[in-house]
Amino acid sequence: MINHGHHESGLQSMDWLIAVVVLILIITYIGAGLISNKKKHLGTWPFYRYILWLIGFLLVGVSLVGPIAELAHRHFTAHMLSHLLLGMLAPLLLALAAPTTLLLRMLPVQHARILSKLLKTPFFSLVRHPIIASVLNIGGLWVLYTTNLYMLMHENIFVHLIVHFHIFAAGYLFTISMIYIDPTPHRFSYLYRAVVFVFALAGHGILSKFIYANPPVGVPKEQAEAGGILMYYGGDAIDIVIIFILCLHWYRSTSPKSSLHVSQN
Amino acid sequence: MLSKNVNETSLYSTKSKYAGRNLLSGLLFGIGLVAFIDEVVFHQLLHWHHFYDRSTTEIGLISDGLFHAFSWFATIGGLFLFADLRRRNGLWLKRWIGSILLGAGLFQLYDGTVQHKIMKIHQIRYVDNVIVYDIVWNSVAGLLIVIGAILVFQTRRKANPLKGMNLDD
Repeated sequence: MINHGHHESGLQSMDWLIAVVVLILIITYIGAGLISNKKKHLGTWPFYRYILWLIGFLLVGVSLVGPIAELAHRHFTAHMLSHLLLGMLAPLLLALAAPTTLLLRMLPVQHARILSKLLKTPFFSLVRHPIIASVLNIGGLWVLYTTNLYMLMHENIFVHLIVHFHIFAAGYLFTISMIYIDPTPHRFSYLYRAVVFVFALAGHGILSKFIYANPPVGVPKEQAEAGGILMYYGGDAIDIVIIFILCLHWYRSTSPKSSLHVSQN
Repeated sequence: MLSKNVNETSLYSTKSKYAGRNLLSGLLFGIGLVAFIDEVVFHQLLHWHHFYDRSTTEIGLISDGLFHAFSWFATIGGLFLFADLRRRNGLWLKRWIGSILLGAGLFQLYDGTVQHKIMKIHQIRYVDNVIVYDIVWNSVAGLLIVIGAILVFQTRRKANPLKGMNLDD
């Protein structure tokens, strides 16, 4: 089976690093919220967003460090649970916490301008494109589970780190490419995003059934089946929230009240 | 007297104006509803068939995945369209219900013929006389389509007094 004895100590020091980074990010966000509240022309940063951010990064922590993460190295179903938390649920909660908006609130005007220019650069526009973000997200998963990468990930700590960072980052990009919580330049229509979303969701569902029938290298059949089912229904459960928010934004944007004065006849 | 009359005319024209949206909302919700019932009742409660019964029919797998994704989105999107119609006083309940039946029936017929018989991704149930199940399944689908189509036909857009005017919002 999978040999992971030789990097056990490497993983432990990595655990500490991850825990510290997660803690810093949580503290920074709370600090930024409190500082920005002091600016007189701004309202109070909503309390629920602190909670979203906190839970989001606690989930990131739980999926990378501790018992679930430990079990995920050996058991595919546990791996799939940590993948759901790291790649889908945590990114959704963090996106809803609107970190960019908070950063823009907190920064002095000239710095905020630099940041907003940065966000408009071709690179960010490209990775935030719904199709590109979907390919990075779902395509990455296909590569992970249908090649030797999954096996390699458990043997090499750097591959492990890169894969997990990719799962998280691509999950976040995908979320913010579908629902616009933060300021978003180069927006796509609701229909466009909905169509891309259906294909991405299909890619996720097809992959989970593929895993059910074809276990990744080194994974026992029963674990692959349980993992596939978890991926399928877990993906649905989280995607339903994203779809709901996307539809809700459409519903608000098309409100007849806001356009009544334009063409009342 | 006059104001009641005017009110009725405007209500009728609002319904008529959103005839297409009523149809779309019902179709989407109907497809989502029947896909959901299929998944919960037949996959999870009865265990008659599972989400993947063959490991060879790739096209069946892909079409199943696309349909599932579409129906998942359609259920929610259809209900938001419904909420939007109510907000605009544009809900045409009879047409909406007809569209649900039509969407549900069309999906069930597709599932029962293309997915079950042509692609053979799964059968309704793994028994000897599966033909009995097929007949019941597709007859129910046909019945839904007929009733749905009649209701939709009865509520089709009549001569619109406001036709030709730009009614967008």
